[in-house]
Amino acid sequence: MAGAERKKGRDVNREITQELRKRAAALLASGDIAAFVGFRIGSHPMIMRPFVARSPEEAERLVWNSFCVINLANYLPGLLRSLEPPRRPGDPPPEGPLPKVGVVATGCWSRNMVVQIQENQIQRQRVVIIGIPSRGMIDRRKVELAAEGAEITGVQEGQHKLKVSTSRGEIELNRWDLVRDNCLTCQRPDPVIYDEMIGQPQWERKVSEPFRQVEEIEALDPDERWAWFTQEISSCIRCYACRNACPLCYCPTCFVDDSRPQWVGKSREPVDTALFHILRAYHCAGRCTDCGTCESVCPMGIKMRLLTRKLQKDVKELYGFEPGLSLEEPLPLSTYRPDDPEPYFDIRPVDESPKPVSGGGGAGEGDMGRQKG
Amino acid sequence: MNSQSSRYTKVDEGALRTWLSRLGGQTRVFAPKSGPKGIVDWAELDDGGLPDLDLGLPLNSIKVFYFPQPEILFTFNARPGQPDSFRLREPEEAGGEIVLAGVRPCDARSITLNSLPYAEDPYFQARTDRLYVIGFPCMEGCSTCFCSWVGGGPGSTDGMDVAVWQMPGGHFVIEAVTEKGGKLMEGLHGAGPVAEPSEEELLHIEQWRKKGLGQAGEDPSLSMRHKDLMACYQAPFWQQVADCCINCGTCTFLCPTCYCFDIQDEKARGIGRRIRYWDSCMFPLFTQHASGHNPRGEKIKRVRNRFMHKFKYFVDRFGPLSCVGCGRCIRQCPVNIDVREVLRDLLAL
Repeated sequence: MAGAERKKGRDVNREITQELRKRAAALLASGDIAAFVGFRIGSHPMIMRPFVARSPEEAERLVWNSFCVINLANYLPGLLRSLEPPRRPGDPPPEGPLPKVGVVATGCWSRNMVVQIQENQIQRQRVVIIGIPSRGMIDRRKVELAAEGAEITGVQEGQHKLKVSTSRGEIELNRWDLVRDNCLTCQRPDPVIYDEMIGQPQWERKVSEPFRQVEEIEALDPDERWAWFTQEISSCIRCYACRNACPLCYCPTCFVDDSRPQWVGKSREPVDTALFHILRAYHCAGRCTDCGTCESVCPMGIKMRLLTRKLQKDVKELYGFEPGLSLEEPLPLSTYRPDDPEPYFDIRPVDESPKPVSGGGGAGEGDMGRQKG
Repeated sequence: MNSQSSRYTKVDEGALRTWLSRLGGQTRVFAPKSGPKGIVDWAELDDGGLPDLDLGLPLNSIKVFYFPQPEILFTFNARPGQPDSFRLREPEEAGGEIVLAGVRPCDARSITLNSLPYAEDPYFQARTDRLYVIGFPCMEGCSTCFCSWVGGGPGSTDGMDVAVWQMPGGHFVIEAVTEKGGKLMEGLHGAGPVAEPSEEELLHIEQWRKKGLGQAGEDPSLSMRHKDLMACYQAPFWQQVADCCINCGTCTFLCPTCYCFDIQDEKARGIGRRIRYWDSCMFPLFTQHASGHNPRGEKIKRVRNRFMHKFKYFVDRFGPLSCVGCGRCIRQCPVNIDVREVLRDLLAL
């Protein structure tokens, strides 16, 4: 990239898009990869379309901007499988190297890929990762709210401003006011694993209260917390977009789809919807990298990310662990260590006041050895 | 002309408000309303209010009223050894009439289209019988509207009981589209000054009705009927659609003309019930056989089915396309699969 200094009017997205097209086309032309996963422009000004380029010509359609909110790691396992020679269950894996896939990754997506590698969903040697440090992706609902119901017909993204064309004229908005909640508290916008990098690294961002949204809900009493939760999920239509967009959700049969036994009812009954959301979140504990895709894809604007964020906070406080930072560090909830903190299992008579789960107060101090700062 | 114009009543805004508010006193009236997160959905109309037509389409289609999620088909006492054990009972939920105010032509037309496969379905029939649709023909479309491509139009009253035409002068001409609607309009008497619309106003309405019709050129349902089914099925563009699809149910659940369901018996605390609930062809379970075989085991087969059903199978069986062009799926699909592009691609085959 030419010049580190930020010239006024510099179009960062255009520069990244051009570089991305060039590199993806080169990888496809060299035969190094069989397909490249990125985004292309779709028919909606604020929804980019995930796109698989299979030739250098198709790579010309790739695009990069702050509306690329879908975590592309989600597409990797299926796409990699589709490129393998067909085989029946139980057949040995084919010999020799298998076709590779190229993919774009921001910080959180790359951390997700680390988890996917650790959980044997993808193989590192089969993915060529082009890292792009994230500037924070935009929440289209925030733009829609700012447009006060006017139809949005186009968006032009600048360094710090967003020019939005609407049915009632053009408005200019501060970009940072529109960034998704998860991006606002992101401390690691740079990819952790990559083969090539495009754009300026952002380094580690200082965030004063990364868990403020969670702490606000923690501060409520149990009844208020339950009221918040039930109100938040009351509009859920059980479309499962949050689950299907999540790279962590890869069970061959999801618990909501099991029929023998059937764990959860199928319709829009509040108790069933609540069970779905709680279990979905718990399945992501210690694995979620806060990519925010679940919230971005929800047609009803439900803030289900706050559930996984709460669990992220717990895992950080209990195990001093953040998912996806290193391929070597094992995932805490799928690893047993004799000195694991276990305040959950701290069984006492009811009259003894329980110690709070967060802060690791129930366990020995030595357990927190892995905790950073 | 007299017999025709008697369907119409001209009122001012005050009379329209009084009428809707009177209806609200007798039965539940729902209209589009903006929620705390800026999301527009159906909510009970405030007393004395008019449906806010600037809000655009509610996120949920009107199918939530005639195809509820879930529909309780019957209940039963699930405790054995009692006199009424396992005897079927009518569901206890309120089966009252519902008035929908501010329904757009696309949503209204979904009743007509869905009543084709549901012609003999007593639950659907009972719900639509109890539903009064007060429609507001559209003056302008938004960027994702395409009703006139798929056999509808911004001035279509298909599926409405009453149509409220907003006149350039600011007043309204209310039309009784069905007998049911005529009955509803009896409540207009005494709601305010009423008048007969002028010839000019009726002409304005007739022109409005024709707006956008034929915009798609040749009737797409006619073209689709003549397409070779296997050629559509094997078209190369399905791969690209499937590449980005995440197989969620957003499109099918928000779609006014997606009507597939599953049935299940539920039992809790001694009470059993049989429910019918929305199902989606996007979900693998939709076609999963008891043997373990799944004829639509892969994503591409499922996403193709949604469009083939709407634009080919339904057309071959019932005539029209199973799509009203409301554009909800375009707006809400998280990966921007655009139904218009798929239809264009199919028509180009």
